[in-house]
Amino acid sequence: MTDIHPATASLRAESGPFFGEFGGRFMPESLIAALDELDEAYQLAKLDPQFHAELAELGRSYTGRPSILTEVPKFSRHAGGARVILKREDLNHTGSHKINNVLGQALLAKRIGKHRLIAETGAGQHGVATATAAALFGMECVVYMGEVDTERQALNVARMRLLGAEVIPVKSGTRTLKDALNEAFRDWVANVESTHYLLGTVAGPHPFPVMVRDFVKVIGEEARQQMIELTGKLPDAVTACVGGGSNAIGIFHAFLDDTAVGLYGYEAAGLGVDTPQHAATITKGRPGVLHGSRSYMLQDDDGQTLDSHSISAGLDYPGVGPEHAWLASIGRANYRPVTDEAAMAAFRLLCTTEGIIPAIESAHALAGTLELGRELGPDATILVSLSGRGDKDVETAGRYFDVLDHEGNAIV
Amino acid sequence: MTTITSPVGTAIARANAERAGALVGYLPVGFPSLDASIDAAVALVENGVDVLELGLPYSDPVMDGPVIQAATVQALSQGTRLKDAFTAVERIRSRVDAPVLLMTYWNPVLQYGVDRFADDLVSAGGAGLITPDLTVDSGADWLATSDRTGLDRVFLAAPTSTDARLRLAVENSRGFVYTVSTMGITGARADLDQAARTLAGRLREQGADSIAVGIGISSAEQIAEILGYADGAIVGSALVKALADGGVAAVGRLAAQLSTGTAR
Repeated sequence: MTDIHPATASLRAESGPFFGEFGGRFMPESLIAALDELDEAYQLAKLDPQFHAELAELGRSYTGRPSILTEVPKFSRHAGGARVILKREDLNHTGSHKINNVLGQALLAKRIGKHRLIAETGAGQHGVATATAAALFGMECVVYMGEVDTERQALNVARMRLLGAEVIPVKSGTRTLKDALNEAFRDWVANVESTHYLLGTVAGPHPFPVMVRDFVKVIGEEARQQMIELTGKLPDAVTACVGGGSNAIGIFHAFLDDTAVGLYGYEAAGLGVDTPQHAATITKGRPGVLHGSRSYMLQDDDGQTLDSHSISAGLDYPGVGPEHAWLASIGRANYRPVTDEAAMAAFRLLCTTEGIIPAIESAHALAGTLELGRELGPDATILVSLSGRGDKDVETAGRYFDVLDHEGNAIV
Repeated sequence: MTTITSPVGTAIARANAERAGALVGYLPVGFPSLDASIDAAVALVENGVDVLELGLPYSDPVMDGPVIQAATVQALSQGTRLKDAFTAVERIRSRVDAPVLLMTYWNPVLQYGVDRFADDLVSAGGAGLITPDLTVDSGADWLATSDRTGLDRVFLAAPTSTDARLRLAVENSRGFVYTVSTMGITGARADLDQAARTLAGRLREQGADSIAVGIGISSAEQIAEILGYADGAIVGSALVKALADGGVAAVGRLAAQLSTGTAR
């Protein structure tokens, strides 16, 4: 099943089902036909210039592609003077990189005749993007969201409902993102004829990791070209936050063969990787099977999935996409933990120095960049995936910085 | 089919020789407690269940409906560990003679070690595994280990499976092929899909000599209907609900009632 490449082959050519020893398809037989159908449809669409043209047009006229680069010199001063440049996926329609994958899969769902989209969501960004695409394509939409997350991301729940989607709070298990995935798979098993499961990250069974990657890799392709135009060269490092890993793979992928470019993924360390309260899957986990693929995951000795923790709902996931596990195992990308505290400090710093409110997820990449800049020194150029905007996080951040009280009212 | 003698296949064949077919009963390990789950499993066999399917509680059970989820969440929160499954198998086998299959999601087996898991299951007197999230094409290591140890291996067949995939399930299952009656997760349903009958027919065309239908079965009438075209009927959620509501005595009474559906 694994592609055999000569040692000099492009790292970009990996197309599943396995990335090294990671990936695969560990799923109930009831879903295999749907996964095969999706894989076949995707392989055909990939070869169809019309599909690419339609997707590119949606990117241009609906998402707002290409997203711009913004250099942040005042923020850079805190990063050892390294030159820091943001790839502004936060400026996309719906507020994050998630829309890229969603439009690709929704277009594919339309081609295979599915009229109902289901999705899982953590922070709500993927749910909002899916609800948006469903409205755009005239499809029915159901979003599964852990009950805990519906509470901490109430604004996104309202957004999804305004867009016409049904949001189902998931009360099983730990009531967070992983349980929302379980519930979405259960829905899909029962409704596979009518329904496409629009998985929101580069995890899950084949073909999701490779398909989602292909829909988000536009981020890095644009950024690589834009960096050459802006700075005359490739960056020394590319940074991104990693939950499931979609924005990270999106910006890393174009640079995989540029071996001089360091790739850095920042996982949520929550209260610290030496506490049980974190979501640092590659740093602290070990290989196992979760949600249909083999990758790193947080688990106990019996293989039971452990609860994860992060102040950011979008990174609060005990697994990670198999391509990241592979990139870590071959040493091509580095994965490092960032605590809630460090992420929130970087969040505040970007707000006050540059007038940009980032998503708390993206703030993990910013915190990592501050440290990396000090490590690499003032001659280094660092490209950061600013994967989402912080509008959805204003309440969490407002409370964290005592700008809002516990009820969400302004403190004066 | 292989030449290894299948304890589950033998029990199902015997039930078909003596009655209309076999009754397979599911209960999770550690619910409502380890001791009570063992007593309940024994009560199933004493009341007409031919083959036991013991579920190993798992944190992310994507094939399970609310009744089984609630039971396995409780079992895990009370501290049920993987090794309790071997304890349960051993203690059940010391009291009754029915073959015991473990129903387990794949990651616990992977973490314990596929070979070590199989060896410990053999030592405990277990018959084999049902693997709801491991299909034949992803299960090379389990195929090799089960051939080495002679354990039964039950793969699932779904209404949406292609003929080629059904053949794969038939050729590689030992004990029976788990025939998924309907597109959905576990849980009792009033009406069983015609899909089960159709799928059973398609499995026969692929050469299946032992098939059991599961998901959604909760009455003796449904069992009688299924045994008209299949070799076994599998009941899960209904038994778990009886155990949750009325304890070991209630689950025994339900098993006795359900087993009337196996009469010829």
